[in-house]
Amino acid sequence: MRLVVDLNRCQGYAQCAFLAPDVFAMHGDESLLYDPEAAEEHREDVARAVAACPVQAILLQADADEPVPTGGGLR
Amino acid sequence: MSGDGSLERLRRSGRIVVVGASLAGLRAAETLREKGFAGTLTMIGDEPYEPYDRPPLSKQVLLGKAVADHTALPRRRRIDADWRLGVPATGLDMAERVVRLGDGTEVGYDRLLIATGVRARPWPNEEEGALGGVFVLRTRDDAVALERSLAAGPRRVLVIGAGFTGSEIASACRERGLPVTVAERADAPLVGALGGVIGAVAAEMHRENGVDLRTGVMVTGLEGDPSGRVRAAHLSDGSVVEADVVVVSLGAMRNTEWLAGSGLGAGPRGIACDAGCRAFDVRGIVTDDVYVAGDVARSPHALFGYQFLSLEHWGNAVAQAETAAHNMLSESSDRRPHLWVPAFWSSQFGVNVKSVGVPSMGTEIMIAQGSRDERRFTGVYGYQGRVIGAVTFDQCRWLPFYQRMIETTAPFPLEFPTVDRRSEGNKPMDADFPDPSVPTHGPTITLSGYSPADRRMTFVPAHH
Repeated sequence: MRLVVDLNRCQGYAQCAFLAPDVFAMHGDESLLYDPEAAEEHREDVARAVAACPVQAILLQADADEPVPTGGGLR
Repeated sequence: MSGDGSLERLRRSGRIVVVGASLAGLRAAETLREKGFAGTLTMIGDEPYEPYDRPPLSKQVLLGKAVADHTALPRRRRIDADWRLGVPATGLDMAERVVRLGDGTEVGYDRLLIATGVRARPWPNEEEGALGGVFVLRTRDDAVALERSLAAGPRRVLVIGAGFTGSEIASACRERGLPVTVAERADAPLVGALGGVIGAVAAEMHRENGVDLRTGVMVTGLEGDPSGRVRAAHLSDGSVVEADVVVVSLGAMRNTEWLAGSGLGAGPRGIACDAGCRAFDVRGIVTDDVYVAGDVARSPHALFGYQFLSLEHWGNAVAQAETAAHNMLSESSDRRPHLWVPAFWSSQFGVNVKSVGVPSMGTEIMIAQGSRDERRFTGVYGYQGRVIGAVTFDQCRWLPFYQRMIETTAPFPLEFPTVDRRSEGNKPMDADFPDPSVPTHGPTITLSGYSPADRRMTFVPAHH
């Protein structure tokens, strides 16, 4: 499950770290660290964190069905 | 073009090509589809990976808390693109409306978006840069390689350059318990972006956390052992640092070389475009069908004296891509300007550093709240009697307040007493930026417009 946090918006409210501690963690008082590819088993927790973020800074993958491209050209 | 149906044809069955498959390219593609573009969309990227996020690479990935190949960006929607990954664009023919690729093929377009971004500035001595144990940090592959070498427990890491990336790398090394030396040409870390007053705070942060910080020095050479691995670095003060991992963190270079000879207004400073993201050609004439977004773009900004700004900011890449995509599909009267207020963040030594506006334009700074000794404060930058930027260390909730002051050109020095009445505040000081003609590695905002006071440019007229 892919996610990204807009850290310009993030103001360190730490709701996500409280609701999905396996995916989000505070580093110091204000900095957020997160796992950008969280395990499926945490989906419910992450969904709660997305909903609870006071500044709506967490973006969760919308459509996982699109085929994932791979590089076939020059390396 | 208005009313002749050509825009409708473009939406229905046109060809849009996006060069650069990173954050800006992806968000532009999503916006195009969201706005009803139903034609052919081609995404060209020189890396073999689908778009991924870079900020974690110098933070949680180096700390060993996330994996570098797990930072693929979440999609906001399907984009149904024709992906050409692992192939760099090598040329542009604006008359034929064709992008040439490294594998010899060509892709035609009706509208082109260039979002080729920047790359890490390599160590200037190629032979030394090729030594084993010498790294840069920009791409996913860079992060994988560097993380692996840190995990192996090197005896000492040398970071060359104390901009944001260099400072984050040093911070991650210390957190992993690795001895680290940082060599910086300026008198303190972060001075190019935030000035000497804040740089002094950053320097203390490095030293308190056990970084061997050397300022006012340059690395003059890297020395390898017989097996071709780096062993030591020689500094301009005559000292030698023994290190088995060296990270070259000297800022970025814009990926515009592939446009040489195309006639587009592209060069080492980026690609010039108007406020609506339309690229200029070399004659200063705005193009109709070539758009630019992200780190590689430079565009005039009304809030900052219409100077051309180029921003290496995550949020700018998103906002500019959305604006470019909107404008590509719009009549001229419906186009929007890209007037995003610059904003960035960094995380180092457990402290959250954030900024809005253009601190590097400021001449003075006031500590409006908090205190530098506590590493928790808000610094406000002034320029010609107005608020031009702000920085916070672990005090980011105040930033939106100061952003509004920047947007409304509020007077500087600040005229109001803040809730925090410590003596440090309310006195403007010289922000202490280095002479802009001295190169620094890491400003995340480059003022790249021509100013009449700038005597370092030479005009060379072309002869026909």
